[in-house]
Amino acid sequence: MMSLDLKYTYTEKKDTRSGFGDGFLEAGRRNPNVVGLCADLIGSLKMGDFQKEFPDRFFQTGIAEANMIGLAAGMALGGKIPFTGTFANFATGRVYDQIRQSVAYSDKNVKICASHAGLTLGEDGATHQILEDLGMMKMLPHMTVINPCDYNQTKAATLAIAEFEGPVYLRFGRPSWPVFTPADQKFEIGKAWKMIDGSDVTIFATGHLVWEAVVAEAMLREEGIRAEVINIHTIKPLDTEAILESVKKTGCAVSAEEHQLNGGLGDSIAQTLIRHNPAPLEYVGVNDSFGESGTPTQLLEKYGLNAENIVKAAKRAMARK
Amino acid sequence: MKKQSLPELQKICSQLRRDVLRMVHAVQSGHPGAPLGCAEYFVALYFDQLHHNPDFQMNGKGEDLFFLSNGHLSAGWYSVLARSGYFPVEELKTFRKLNSRLQGHPATHEHLPGIRIASGSLGQGLSVALGVAQTKKLDKDSSVVHVLMGDGELQEGQVWEAAMYAAHYGMDNVIATVDYNGQQIDGPTEKIMDLKNLKAKWEAFGWEVIETKEGNDLASVIAGLEKAKSLTGKGKPILNLLYTEMGYGVDFMVGTHKWHGSPPNDEQLALALGQLEETLGDY
Repeated sequence: MMSLDLKYTYTEKKDTRSGFGDGFLEAGRRNPNVVGLCADLIGSLKMGDFQKEFPDRFFQTGIAEANMIGLAAGMALGGKIPFTGTFANFATGRVYDQIRQSVAYSDKNVKICASHAGLTLGEDGATHQILEDLGMMKMLPHMTVINPCDYNQTKAATLAIAEFEGPVYLRFGRPSWPVFTPADQKFEIGKAWKMIDGSDVTIFATGHLVWEAVVAEAMLREEGIRAEVINIHTIKPLDTEAILESVKKTGCAVSAEEHQLNGGLGDSIAQTLIRHNPAPLEYVGVNDSFGESGTPTQLLEKYGLNAENIVKAAKRAMARK
Repeated sequence: MKKQSLPELQKICSQLRRDVLRMVHAVQSGHPGAPLGCAEYFVALYFDQLHHNPDFQMNGKGEDLFFLSNGHLSAGWYSVLARSGYFPVEELKTFRKLNSRLQGHPATHEHLPGIRIASGSLGQGLSVALGVAQTKKLDKDSSVVHVLMGDGELQEGQVWEAAMYAAHYGMDNVIATVDYNGQQIDGPTEKIMDLKNLKAKWEAFGWEVIETKEGNDLASVIAGLEKAKSLTGKGKPILNLLYTEMGYGVDFMVGTHKWHGSPPNDEQLALALGQLEETLGDY
């Protein structure tokens, strides 16, 4: 892989949760209405710097996620901009009804920030590796759903949602991961980012798998295949215009995500294509299964979520054109 | 708002009960029992206790706020909101109908003045009230946040998460009232899921507990709320156990869970209204 001619490179690896933590601190400095809540995972969510600098604006809720969501809804209606922090599993499935009624239906300006999403949580295993959260959150009316790809994009996304009015689900993760997007990027909610131009197939990727897509593009190019890589950091609202424009050119696509196939990004793209421009689409994601313990790299390989699998999917999609 | 005399407030209670019965009868759906039992509480709050502004501001800065956690009491809440000037009394006739702001359970989606959060799925209101109360503390706003919960609702686990938080953070600007009527949909609470000693439970969670034993006596309800108010600012959240009778004010509805979620028919409505004086004019 070191010999690959990558269009994006990196000099360091960092966890996306640290991008959240640093962005959250910066958001707190920019706006005194930003407040934080955390259900006994301050260290894991990297919320400690904010807590240290703004102790009066930070609320440890204990291991009580349902109450945390209700508190945040109340703070939002009182004029604050609350950021809640816990693992993605406890941030969504455990409190779905609280989010549905007190946040989404009530249209409260709450930022639900979720770490340790997906298989790359690693050794903790399937109890904590939620792979259904994007689906649950995108189904909720009023909810904006964001899944950035690296440290820099997560930090930029965190700052962007602080300025955005409305409920947001922000998903990030635990593993140390290549930092390959620029530190000074402007994050536009709902705007897909075409990272690499191509003509034969489009790879729509989100979260950690954007890096795998960048690697896959270089592998495909060695075989003379020109793949377009589009970073879908906002799952909802989906940038359907960018999707349709790309597929109109390439004629086929691959979706890549660290999530169940059911209800994930791939389904959203399929829905877009089937309504406007039916074209072959291959999915890279977890196929109706729970995860298990292992290292992030081992798990991505075992469950078919790495660059090699994106390459195979791209070829399958092209063969169906 | 000018304070009204006890007899004047009694008249509003009677009208609120008429409103509730006519609203649920008109659509043959809704929950008459509990709002009949909480008429005195609603009237005491909105016409005597709360420092509030019917020119509705969502953030409620500088105002006392009320949250209805047991959202199925919506008919009673809508009546007291309309009667205290939040929206036209006429609008009560749209209750639970298509395109209405008066949804089956309270909602913000249709922008009905007076409603700040949706409720209906039980157990969430105390958390929301605590969130606003925390905001008031941050903003050095000394007003008070009230929340009403059902006794059956206390079977929801989230209530006790919130109870723990409130004591830990010394949320002494919150007055939570429990509609202690001993009834829930499927029957008496002691048969469905016994609440045992509620006073001891809340005290063990670190709350200051007062008991309003005559929850359908207006003077007692006001006295209870006055006492609760006097206990604010002393470092502990306040819990008001309000002993009420479900269906109070109508002899054949009182004291049973049967009218929790069932509307009266034409004949029953006429009988019930015969027991409740029309004091402020029906909508």
